[in-house]
Amino acid sequence: MLFRPIPALSRRRFLQGGAALGGALVIGVSARFGNRAMAAEPVSGLNPPAAPNAFVRIGADDVVTVIVKHLDMGQGISTGLATIVADELDADWGQMDFAFAPANAALYNNFNWGPVQGTGGSSGIANSFTQLRKAGAAARAMLVSAAASEWGVPEGEVTVERGRIRHAASGRESGFGAFAARAAALPVPENPVLKTPDRWNYIGKTAPRLDARAKTTGRALYSFDVRRPGMLTAMVARPPRFGARLVRFDDRQARAVAGVVEVAAIPTGVAVLARDTWSAMKGREALVVEWDESRAEKRSTQDIEADYRDLARTRGARAVDRGDTSGAMLRAARLIEAEYDFPYLAHAAMEPISGVIEKSADGGYEAWGAFQIQTIDQATIAAIMGVTTDKVRLNTLVAGGSFGRRATPQADWIAEAAHILKASGEGAPVHLVWTREDDMRAGYFRPLVHHRVRISIDERGRPLAWEQSIVAKSILIGSVMESFIIDGLDSSTFEGAEKLPYDVPAMRLEVHNAREQVPVLWWRSVGHSHTAHVMETMIDELAEIAGEDPLAYRLSLMDGASREAAVLRLAAEKAGWDVAPPPGIGRGIAVHRSFGSVVAMVAEVSVSEEIVKVERIVAAVDCGLPINPDNIRSQVEGSVGFALATVLRERVTLVDGVVQETNFDTYEPTRFSEMPLVETHIMPSDAEPTGMGEPAVPTLAPAIANAVFALTGRRVRSLPLDRPVASEV
Amino acid sequence: MITLTVNGEPRSLDVDPEMPLLWALRDHAGLTGAKYSCGIARCGACLVLVDGAAMPSCVVRVSDVEGASITTIEGVGGEIAEAVIDAWTRHDVAQCGYCQPGQVIRAIDLLQNNRAPSDAEIADAMDPNICRCGTYQRIANAVRDAARALG
Repeated sequence: MLFRPIPALSRRRFLQGGAALGGALVIGVSARFGNRAMAAEPVSGLNPPAAPNAFVRIGADDVVTVIVKHLDMGQGISTGLATIVADELDADWGQMDFAFAPANAALYNNFNWGPVQGTGGSSGIANSFTQLRKAGAAARAMLVSAAASEWGVPEGEVTVERGRIRHAASGRESGFGAFAARAAALPVPENPVLKTPDRWNYIGKTAPRLDARAKTTGRALYSFDVRRPGMLTAMVARPPRFGARLVRFDDRQARAVAGVVEVAAIPTGVAVLARDTWSAMKGREALVVEWDESRAEKRSTQDIEADYRDLARTRGARAVDRGDTSGAMLRAARLIEAEYDFPYLAHAAMEPISGVIEKSADGGYEAWGAFQIQTIDQATIAAIMGVTTDKVRLNTLVAGGSFGRRATPQADWIAEAAHILKASGEGAPVHLVWTREDDMRAGYFRPLVHHRVRISIDERGRPLAWEQSIVAKSILIGSVMESFIIDGLDSSTFEGAEKLPYDVPAMRLEVHNAREQVPVLWWRSVGHSHTAHVMETMIDELAEIAGEDPLAYRLSLMDGASREAAVLRLAAEKAGWDVAPPPGIGRGIAVHRSFGSVVAMVAEVSVSEEIVKVERIVAAVDCGLPINPDNIRSQVEGSVGFALATVLRERVTLVDGVVQETNFDTYEPTRFSEMPLVETHIMPSDAEPTGMGEPAVPTLAPAIANAVFALTGRRVRSLPLDRPVASEV
Repeated sequence: MITLTVNGEPRSLDVDPEMPLLWALRDHAGLTGAKYSCGIARCGACLVLVDGAAMPSCVVRVSDVEGASITTIEGVGGEIAEAVIDAWTRHDVAQCGYCQPGQVIRAIDLLQNNRAPSDAEIADAMDPNICRCGTYQRIANAVRDAARALG
């Protein structure tokens, strides 16, 4: 398949215009990228002077290439976007291909993010759906027009079906490629007619992943795999504690290592450049570096947690203050109080951080990597190298996972690569590679979080008021995105807690922004990764106190017509909630809405020798119109696999400020043998589609915790639950 | 100079004998299909076949496989490899895909030794390979399917 960045537009014939369409198309002549050798010839010219609006390219060989403005981190956005175009274009799935867009915020911005090109917040499908339907439909209309004119027949008599253009009366028939060049010369229709849903061939049906074979056979090109002529591999010695600074280094032994070419100080540490990875590793080991740790973070995780607990008892910034919470606390038949601790979590994508940058012949710079916020990545490189952004070309490559890690507001990794290029004299391309240990020690963790909850309930066990305090380091404060903070409130800290689907008359939600030097970052589902657990385990406790079935209790507090109620009922029905689970099995339920999608899960667990085993997950999802159902199922299965280890055991701890878990031996992702059976049920819907890259993560932990309670009578609040669970309490 | 056979071709690599096979393949033999992820043989992303058996190339010194026949994901072939790759593609196993070359090598290794593995045997064989995207359910289905196709 592809995984080549877009080749130079200047080498292709393309159509200008289409701006009025809000991003239309280019019909040009293209070779199928996927058929080329992988790490072949240089690719250049990615930011042509007059960039067209371009989402569709049709080659003379009939290949339809969808230009993907997002990073594909594995969630399948490339196939998802191609699904939309293929349908409106009436293409055959077999002729579809994709390529990643160059950095160009004017053409390829994320509508959810304003003038910024980037990927996150499960927004890929949601913000591209209409844009790509129009692009596909416009391309189809232009092909029809070109064929009609060539054949001398009315456009209305020309049909398109599965990649074939036909005129029935004259028996004429053609593929797309034959008319690609002629179509490209036509004006782009501003408001092409979109298909009605009953005529969709792929949306909501079957469209296998376009990257499956390349990824299965080792031909997909990742950042780690980029090879450039004369390229040097760079590794960086970084301080052992966050906030430490370089004092001096002795590189004599490092330079004596065969293959080491250069050693240079950069803002993040000391970079060793070598002819290959092994030499760079050995060179780095031979460095003697002195750090100033006087202002470094030296607390251990337990100290930070204790500080958070103290902070939670003070007044914080109010995110929600609704109804008479104080009065309801006084009127309580019973007060329920709970505290929750959540650890730092590493993204631990399979591909550690890596990226390539080099000076171009034209005096600009070209970089290769899994760019997740292209606009910031490009601007950061430009600022470091002292050029304007138009002199920086980005080649976005498929990511070996991200889960949020590659999207830093600081553009941390490509900034580091740019600093190394600059410090090394810019004579050779620089391939920055991080080891697993580098990746784990660098921080950018899911924040450590503490929740304190007080709920006032009446005699029947119904909530009167909900009071909650959340302590975490803000992701946005101190970043270029700090302007999103209003009144001290970073929504990424409390999202998912501010709006309960349950009828609670009064609510007060306070947030504390902890100060520490550990870098924190969004981590798959961000704030929802902890808020959903608190909300959905607390609701379960209330059901228990009320003496009601956890599902019935939830539904009784909810608008019966809500999407939450619908997915709860569907998950429960499919899991056989009304029938008691087999002996030795506990069943728990949870529901949560995030990024516009709603997911309910029923978890079935067993506990043997104090070990929790998750046996089965039944999920029901409402993500609006399901574009690619199999990929939705894949994301639910994958989210369970990804999040399970964070429920069971994953945590990053600091001892005197030093990260303890530095590889998969101590930070172990879910293993094959731990994977439960996952059943996914998709709610039929014709609402605007929303994403599924993250929303199946938040409900897993509370569903499991509630199941553990059902089986053992023991409440699991803090995560992970790798403390032994008693079978009998 | 280390001499070995890579994907059927004799190769002489002028590298440090201590260099892990993974880096020799990736940096000196032009084969980037085997992936680096942990470097301590805990994830299986770097698996290659050494004289037919799956081994983590990140911890095997290149001098230790002098004279051996190495098969990387780029060089796999034959009915078992084809059955595995076909099943992997049919089930749309890959998400980010970074671990999948190693998963495929592991599955080939399993089916070479046991053409009709039970579910427990599949779990035992695949357990050393980590997929952070959590594609295990599809991996299981693909291995079963490949075994079925092999008859």
